[in-house]
Amino acid sequence: MVFERDGQAISVLSDISLDVGDGEFICIVGPSGCGKSTLLNTLAGFISPTSGSVVIDGEAVTGPDPRRILVFQDHGVFPWLTVEGNIGFGLSKLPRAEREKRIAHYVNMVRLQGFERSYPSDLSGGMKQRLQVARALAVNPDILYLDEPFGALDSITRVIMRGELLRIWQTERRTIFFVTHDIDEAVQLADRVVVLSSRPARVQDVLSIDIPHPRNISSPRYLELRDELLKQIGLAYEV
Amino acid sequence: MNSLSKLRPWEKFFWPLISAFLLLALWHYSVIWTGTKVFPSPLSVLRGLTQLIHQHVLWKDIADSFRRVAIGYGAAAVVAIPLGLTLGWYPAAYQVVNPVMQILRPISPIAWIPVAIVFFGIGDRPAIFLVFLSAFFPIVVACISGVSRVPPVFRRAGRNFGLSPIQLLARVIFPAALPQILVGLRIALGIAWLVVVAGEMIAVDSGLGYLVIDSRNSGNRYDLVVAAMLVIGLIGLALDISFRRLEKAPSVRWGFRDAS
Repeated sequence: MVFERDGQAISVLSDISLDVGDGEFICIVGPSGCGKSTLLNTLAGFISPTSGSVVIDGEAVTGPDPRRILVFQDHGVFPWLTVEGNIGFGLSKLPRAEREKRIAHYVNMVRLQGFERSYPSDLSGGMKQRLQVARALAVNPDILYLDEPFGALDSITRVIMRGELLRIWQTERRTIFFVTHDIDEAVQLADRVVVLSSRPARVQDVLSIDIPHPRNISSPRYLELRDELLKQIGLAYEV
Repeated sequence: MNSLSKLRPWEKFFWPLISAFLLLALWHYSVIWTGTKVFPSPLSVLRGLTQLIHQHVLWKDIADSFRRVAIGYGAAAVVAIPLGLTLGWYPAAYQVVNPVMQILRPISPIAWIPVAIVFFGIGDRPAIFLVFLSAFFPIVVACISGVSRVPPVFRRAGRNFGLSPIQLLARVIFPAALPQILVGLRIALGIAWLVVVAGEMIAVDSGLGYLVIDSRNSGNRYDLVVAAMLVIGLIGLALDISFRRLEKAPSVRWGFRDAS
C-alpha cells in the first residue's frame, strides 16, 4: 500500500501476508502510525491496495460490502436515529416483522433494553459503542472489523466492554479483526495477535494466545505472552 | 453578574420588562421634551394601532405580506435545497455554479427591484420574486456547507451497509446536514421578512410595507408608520421563535448541542 502525499510516495504497508480462518478473533497491534487502520480499511474494501489483493472465501474484495462491517472508534452511530433506528439501519430490505424481531434481538444482545427510543446523545460512550456493534451484527456479516473500538472509553468501561464483546463473539461466532494499541486488550481477547512493525508495516510476528476463555489475567502464561508482545513492540519491562 | 452566574427564574422576565419600560419612558419623555410635532409618542402609536385594528386593514395587510413570503420563501426552499444538496455532493457541479453564485449573492435584493418590475410588472409577482431571491442564496449556501461538513465516518458507515448513492444522499447525507440546513432556512426566513417589506413599498398597494409608506404619504400619519413598524418587528420575532422550535425536534437536536 503506497500513499501519495505532497508529491511524495509514502509506503504504508508492505508485504502483508496473513491467512485467517472462519470465526477467528484476530488482534492487530503495532506502533502508533504504523498502518493498522490502513490495513483494516483495506481489508474492509474502503481502500484498494496498490499491489496485492484481499481475498475472502475465494472472492476478491473490491469495495465495502454489508457482509463485512467496520466499527469505528468514535462518532460512528447516526445521531439523528434512535437506538432502534440505528440497529435497523442496514435492514430496510427486510419485511417489517422480521426487521423488528432482528432489532429486538440485538437490543437485548448488547443490553440496551429500555433505550430503544433514545437518541445517541443520551447514551454513554460505552453504550454508543455497543450500539455500533449491534448495528453491525444486525446485518448478519461474516466479518467484523473493529478499529480501536474501545479507544475513546475510560479504562473501567473498556474492561467491561471486552467482556461484553467476548460474550457476543462466543454466541455469534463471527470472524473478528480487532485493531488496538493496548497489549493487554490483545492478549485478553485474541485467538491470534498479529504484530506489525513500524512503517512501512510488515507482519513482524503472529502470536497464538493458547489460553482458554475466561482468561486469568494473573496466570503465568498470560504474563508470559504479554511480555513477549511487549518485547516484540520494543518496550522495556519497566516503566 | 458574570458569565458563570446562573440567572434566577424571575430574572428572565424581570430584566426584559425593566428595559422595555425604561425604553418606553425614554421615548415618551424625549417626545415631550423636544416638542416634536412629527414623531409620535408611545401613547399615540398605541392609539394608531387600535385604529388600524378597528379599520380591519391591518389583518389584510398582514395576510398579504404573509402570502408573499410564503410563496417566495417556499419556492426558494423547494428549489434551493435539492440544488444545494447536489452542489455539495458533486464538487464539479459546484465549480461550475460557484463563480456565478458568488457574484449574484452579495447583490442586495433591493437592487433587483427595477429588474423585478421589468420582468414581472406591478403587483404580487415582483414582490414574490424579491422574496424568492433573498431567501434562495442563504439556503443554497447552507446546504452546500452542510453536505461538505458531513463527517467522513457517516459516509463510510452508509457505504458499508450497501447504500446506493441516492440512498446515501437521502438516508445519511441529508439527515446529517439537516441541522445546518435548518439554520440556513431560519436565516433565509428572517431575510425574506426584511425584503418583503421593502418590496411592498415599491410595486404593490397592500401589505405591511405598503402600510408604512402609505401612512406617510397620505397625511404624514407617523403614529401609523411607527405602529406598522412595531407590528413588522413583532411578527419577525414570532417567526424566528417558532422556527427555533423546529431545532428542538429529536432528529436534529444533536446538531444544536453547543449552540443552545
